[in-house]
Amino acid sequence: MLKFLTRRLLTMIPVLWVTVTLTFFLVRLAPGGPFTEEKQYPQQAIDQLNQHYGLDAPIHLQYARYIGRLLRGDLGPSLKYQNRSVNEIISETFPVSLELGIWALLVALLLGLPAGIMASLRPNSVLDYAPMSLAMIGICIPSFVLGPLLVLALALGLGWFNASGWNMASDRILPAITLGSAYAAYIARLTRAGMLDVLPQDFIRTARAKGLRESRVIGRHALKPGIFPVISFLGPAVAGLITGSFVVETIFHIPGLGKMFVMGAFNRDYTLVLGLVVFYSALVILFNTVVDVVLAALNPRLRGAS
Amino acid sequence: MSGHKQGSPWAQMWQRLRRNHMAVAGLITLTLLILTALLAPVLTPYSYEEQNLALGATPPSMEHLLGTDDLGRDLLTRMLYGGRVSLAVGLCATLVSLLIGVTYGAVSGYAGGRTDNVMMRLVDILYALPFTVFVIILMVVFGRNFMLLFVAIGAVEWLTMARIVRGQVLAVKQQPFIKAASVLGFSHTRIIARHIIPNVVGPVIVYTTLTIPRVMLLESFLSFLGLGIQPPMSSWGLLIRDGAKMLETYPWMLIFPGLVLSITLFALNFLGDGLRDALDPRASHR
Repeated sequence: MLKFLTRRLLTMIPVLWVTVTLTFFLVRLAPGGPFTEEKQYPQQAIDQLNQHYGLDAPIHLQYARYIGRLLRGDLGPSLKYQNRSVNEIISETFPVSLELGIWALLVALLLGLPAGIMASLRPNSVLDYAPMSLAMIGICIPSFVLGPLLVLALALGLGWFNASGWNMASDRILPAITLGSAYAAYIARLTRAGMLDVLPQDFIRTARAKGLRESRVIGRHALKPGIFPVISFLGPAVAGLITGSFVVETIFHIPGLGKMFVMGAFNRDYTLVLGLVVFYSALVILFNTVVDVVLAALNPRLRGAS
Repeated sequence: MSGHKQGSPWAQMWQRLRRNHMAVAGLITLTLLILTALLAPVLTPYSYEEQNLALGATPPSMEHLLGTDDLGRDLLTRMLYGGRVSLAVGLCATLVSLLIGVTYGAVSGYAGGRTDNVMMRLVDILYALPFTVFVIILMVVFGRNFMLLFVAIGAVEWLTMARIVRGQVLAVKQQPFIKAASVLGFSHTRIIARHIIPNVVGPVIVYTTLTIPRVMLLESFLSFLGLGIQPPMSSWGLLIRDGAKMLETYPWMLIFPGLVLSITLFALNFLGDGLRDALDPRASHR
């Protein structure tokens, strides 16, 4: 197990390195720099700013410096938000995205799992078709359509919620549904497929033959292997959920990571974009590793294999 | 491979597909959408970019079936022309991903051994990269170039295709007719192109059908963030972006483009699922 973990964590290094390097040179390929838009700055001031942030050095030197700082966990100063470091910006905006992500994950699991289980128990009946059609709708309505539609109907129409913002507890509901519904749909489909693979198997028949209650057969025996596909899906999904959604945060004006990233890219805020990309990739890899560990723990047959 | 003879695998697949009503409905919907997009100049008397500020935004009426936007442009017209862009980007970007993915997967699977190992490790690493992020950076950096848009999207979406094709090739490679072709002295290129790729075409078609909606979604997502298609051109993503901004006052500007995008994604997904079931009856639980 330890060997498996170490190997997984070691593969993080090349991935992160490729990501950092690609992003580093991509953002610098752009014509213009972070200070060119502010036309009121005289050239001298721009030169000074570039010098201050070390942007006048040859690019390989800048790269070496950045990697050096990164190894010490320092993501550098933001170029647009003066006097604030990227680390500070992440520690301020990440909790917001994290909270939104957790709510959305709850929505996804609470809707997706029961729907999938229900569909798998009575395949090809109304109980199957109804939730699966809903799931298809959930997949086919993109969040940037669903979000504004929810705002239109529930906030502007019925006046139940605020149209945007992140202040009251009720401000969490619409963004969480917008972000979580597509995930709920995928979870429902994966749960159904996983359960349908498990239910005809011999050990389920054995469990029934032992005279166990149906709820116990489903809940204890079938569910565990049945939701393996869901668990695999959850790794990247959770990472995506908690690192913020560009779209949902833009629609609802939520001060999270996703919005920061889009702003950073538009502003040519090199260090902010790089820092967010590094943070995001590290989280994705971390969650995928966690999922592999969980899967290995649940399924003894996987433990020996890599 | 030849044609639609009775009882050939292709004819059987078509038979099974025809029995799947949702897939057939998807196919018909798509055909209609593509036709209306192609015939846009014939179907509508209005221009997609000519503004009529005196008219402004009007709700659906007899003259403007789906209403007009805040600049007085006919919404239906903009949706028809936007459909051209959205569908074209979807098809072209998918083609790019198809080309890269099939070639890469076929070479990797055919070569086998160490080459295969290295090539697939590379795919593993690429999988872990935050590609959406790269596409956003690319679009910001290089301006919103139309060609770049679908090359970038296509370059993102080829990875799964490469894996699928590799798996199929590994299976096909073991079969006697490939050994025979090899013994006959055919070149590797010829064996890959003429003997292997035709035999992995089924899963490729299915996955392609499922890639198109993902690509279209990515395009409209970028347009929604203001990074894709630029006005006065129109695409469904761009129209949704405009509609979301005018939500409070002119809701029809959001509802109709949102509807047409969702319907297209529906049609493609049902067709893809139907093709998968028709191709591999065992995979179907229905």
